[in-house]
Amino acid sequence: MNGFNKYISSLYNGIVSLLTGMKTSITVFFRKKTTEQYPENRATLKMFDRFRGTLSMPHDEQNHHKCVACGICQMNCPNGTIRIESEIITDEEGKKKKVLKRYMYDLGSCLFCQLCVNTCPHDAIKFDNTFEHAVYTREKLIHQLNHENSTVENK
Amino acid sequence: MNIKEKIIQIVPDAQFSEQEILIATVPAEHFHTLAERLHSDEDMQFDFLQCMTGMDWGESLGVICHLVSTVHGHRVAIKTMTGDRENPELPTISDIWKAAELNEREIYDFFGIRFINHPDMRRLYLRSDWVGYPLRKDYNSDESINPLRMTNEETIDTTETLHLTSDGKIESEENVIFDEKEYVINVGPQHPATHGVLRFRVSLAGETVKKIDVNCGYIHRGIEKLCEGLTYPQTLAFTDRLDYLAAHQNRHALCMCIEKGMGIEVPERVQYIRTIMDELQRIDSHLLFFSCLCMDLGALTAFFYGFRDREKILDIFEETCGGRLILNYNTIGGVQDDIHPNFVKRVKDFIAYLPPVLEEYHSLFTGNIIAQQRLKGIGVLSREDAISFGVTGASGRASGWANDVRKRTPYGVYDKVDFKEIVYTEGDSFARYMVRMDEILESIHIIEQLIDNIPEGPFQVKTKPIIRIPEGSYYASTEASRGEFGVYIESQGEKSPYRMKFRSTGLPLVSVVDTIASGGKIADLIAIGATLDYVVPDIDR
Amino acid sequence: MFDFRIVTSWIHQMLTSYMSEGWALLIECVAIGIGILLMYAFLAIVLIYMERKICAFFQCRLGPNRVGPFGSIQVFADVFKMLIKEIITIKHVDKFLFALAPYMVIIASILAFSCLPIAKGLEVLDFNIGVFFLMAVSSIGVLGILMAGWSSNNKFSLIGAMRSGAQIISYELSVGLSILTIVVLTGTLQFSEIVEAQADGWFLFKGHIPAFIAFVVFLIAGNAETNRGPFDLPEAESELTAGYHTEYSGMHFGFFYVAEFLNMFTVAGVAASVFLGGWMPLHIPGLDAFNAIMDYIPSIIWFFGKTFFVVFLLMWIKWTFPRLRIDQLLTLEWKYLLPINLANLLLMVLIVVFGLHF
Repeated sequence: MNGFNKYISSLYNGIVSLLTGMKTSITVFFRKKTTEQYPENRATLKMFDRFRGTLSMPHDEQNHHKCVACGICQMNCPNGTIRIESEIITDEEGKKKKVLKRYMYDLGSCLFCQLCVNTCPHDAIKFDNTFEHAVYTREKLIHQLNHENSTVENK
Repeated sequence: MNIKEKIIQIVPDAQFSEQEILIATVPAEHFHTLAERLHSDEDMQFDFLQCMTGMDWGESLGVICHLVSTVHGHRVAIKTMTGDRENPELPTISDIWKAAELNEREIYDFFGIRFINHPDMRRLYLRSDWVGYPLRKDYNSDESINPLRMTNEETIDTTETLHLTSDGKIESEENVIFDEKEYVINVGPQHPATHGVLRFRVSLAGETVKKIDVNCGYIHRGIEKLCEGLTYPQTLAFTDRLDYLAAHQNRHALCMCIEKGMGIEVPERVQYIRTIMDELQRIDSHLLFFSCLCMDLGALTAFFYGFRDREKILDIFEETCGGRLILNYNTIGGVQDDIHPNFVKRVKDFIAYLPPVLEEYHSLFTGNIIAQQRLKGIGVLSREDAISFGVTGASGRASGWANDVRKRTPYGVYDKVDFKEIVYTEGDSFARYMVRMDEILESIHIIEQLIDNIPEGPFQVKTKPIIRIPEGSYYASTEASRGEFGVYIESQGEKSPYRMKFRSTGLPLVSVVDTIASGGKIADLIAIGATLDYVVPDIDR
Repeated sequence: MFDFRIVTSWIHQMLTSYMSEGWALLIECVAIGIGILLMYAFLAIVLIYMERKICAFFQCRLGPNRVGPFGSIQVFADVFKMLIKEIITIKHVDKFLFALAPYMVIIASILAFSCLPIAKGLEVLDFNIGVFFLMAVSSIGVLGILMAGWSSNNKFSLIGAMRSGAQIISYELSVGLSILTIVVLTGTLQFSEIVEAQADGWFLFKGHIPAFIAFVVFLIAGNAETNRGPFDLPEAESELTAGYHTEYSGMHFGFFYVAEFLNMFTVAGVAASVFLGGWMPLHIPGLDAFNAIMDYIPSIIWFFGKTFFVVFLLMWIKWTFPRLRIDQLLTLEWKYLLPINLANLLLMVLIVVFGLHF
């Protein structure tokens, strides 16, 4: 008889547990959904300001950036993501000066470790919030961060 | 009792160095004897092989084993080496600690050291046709030697064991893993239930699993090798990519180890932040565990519940750390940025939100008769096996082994908070599941105690621009989401580590799969895999 | 209440006035065949859409919402995609069986589907052993699944097919016995008569407790017969990737997929017809005014309403529970459902013999 009681109670408990589960799932059924409707919500979508999207080099209105082409970021990058091309020019006063020619950044191999931003002595680079990175070829992931004809800010 | 004296009794010509823990260097021929005595001696009982590291010291190759006694709590490291670089051979200790089995295969793979009497001397991560041993210092990384191979790797069903004959010669014996008549299926590397590119070769008799052979290395990136060529701050970026569900804890361990080497004291504010972040990460990981377990058992709805709630933690992370998965938050001597002004409020909202939701999980899944029957009594891992295999974390605690690093060697501010170490004794899949579900509540409890008391102060200590660690070896570990994550650094005073070893939390977990899943059904293998909760990038490194 | 027999007999008379009886029958058969296939396809689309939406709502999601308003065109797009996809021929398969298997599955499904009494006077296959016929044709499907698993030359497929075989053979018993309980009550195997007999109350209410037990057992066993969760072991995606249809592509896969949904519909339809009165409106003896109002609702709406209610129940179950293990599946059948069913059948016989039913 003990076996039979066990049989009945296991059947009963089983059914009860199943019904509890069904109760929970049906309450969630009628709850508000959590789906985020991207890209419909693009206009209102705001990323957190610390979000690391892409490395960028801010320029001011006069097309000046702050990079002095020292190469510390390039040295600190664990993955060889940054390549700085610089040239030596002679300014009006006749002094030789190293200036940035091209700041090449390969988004495809970036680890987002932020060492470049941390070590930059002039705060010339920072991470911005853009995140729509999809492109068709790898070459398109290589960005030039300094704008055309931009120059370094005079302090 | 003095461990040093004990060791001298066993091996009179042992050499010692003491730095944080006692390191005994013994000749290879006495290594096995010493290991056996350390394991079995009443006063020592070093039953837990915490970490096994292969080393290349230039003229010699060798291993370092960090041992812990779960009975007495003391630690020791033993070290042995061989000068023969052509045919390096060392005695195996896989017969003493089962954890050594896969670790020795790893060392064979990276250093070419062959272990005598090891039952299965195959490469663990790299292809069998790989030329050379990459972690040796004289390894030639020329791409023409190991080009990108365009052919499939041949699956070999046999392996070899080396024996030492009485006249001192080494003989090779062939072992058969699967014979030709066996019905062998591949669970992985592309399989929904392996949670990544892990491959089990499973021999079946109908629905019953007869034997499992674990094949790793599909996501091996050689992180330990990469670290040897990078500066200390650069190595930090890789820890987030090991066990991505324990990114904070992994990075915490590496930072702690480097800080220990440099002798920096971390400000209290940082300790608080790190501890809170570690616990949030643990909740995150356990919620994902719940989701994936449900998915593997076919309850897809519960899977989404877990992900819905995990999203809230990811938002908290993103706001403060700037990333969701690759968090990149701990730095040497501090954290990347101070906590966001919204952080405290968001965390409080979250810890108020979670407990009722957990009740829902329990009513939907935990209490369910089908789930219970599929988990209870399935894949029982005994306490002895858990210790021998080094199965730490929640999986080990489900077998009755209280192995929590937060309790054993408190770091951060774990010594200031009150929390319970969740231990179950059943050792089955259901216990492994319940440990994690209870740990979520325990983590909430820890955060509750800390969140209002974060002290003011700097979030970063000033460090030198180029970080160097004084010569020596350092080991630090944290309780990561799925076990003890250890970092072993051997430094020669350079700006990059001479050797950096990460104690994987996942490797012991996959090493027990054969032991506990054999004899069960295919569906049990899936449930066991899900409750062990391994993360593949952490296994392969 | 509108009787569809008026329409069908008018068509028949019209056709026979132009041609001989034989030709008329041929044309009618073709027309009905096309009609069934069209309805089958349409219902498949409706069910897939319904499944995706309901599943999404259970999972805190919105479900398909990109193609068309509320994603309503999504399934059409998917079907179109499936139709134009290449059917990949795989090396080392048993070509004949491999190609035959999906057709076996879909034919079994269509034949079973044709037995449903959709509305008053709208029954395609209706004869005195209708229940028996439905049971027989629906179990042809397992042959197709076994063939698919065997011929695919894939170890996962084979395991899936074997599971399916074990499962369907076991649960066939419970399905049969639970319908038999109602057959005992009505004394007929003809679907139309079973439905007619429920004019003064559905069997779920008329048949006391045994009818209710039979209904629950039928839902469980029927769900298992259709290989749907929590009984989806043959295609358990976390264990066997996709089970017996792993190697199928294009429309061949589509057949398996559609057949699964329509089998669910058939199970729901049978449950509705046998236990919930089929197309018969809700009648409560004594309340004549109420019964008259109920009669205004067309019978076809009654049938689909009840069937989709049962379909919703099945989906609710599927999206709540984890999957069973193979031994638990067989335990459930042989240790629980079958004994309960047998006892239940005996109880029903006693009730009928002593005339205790309403």
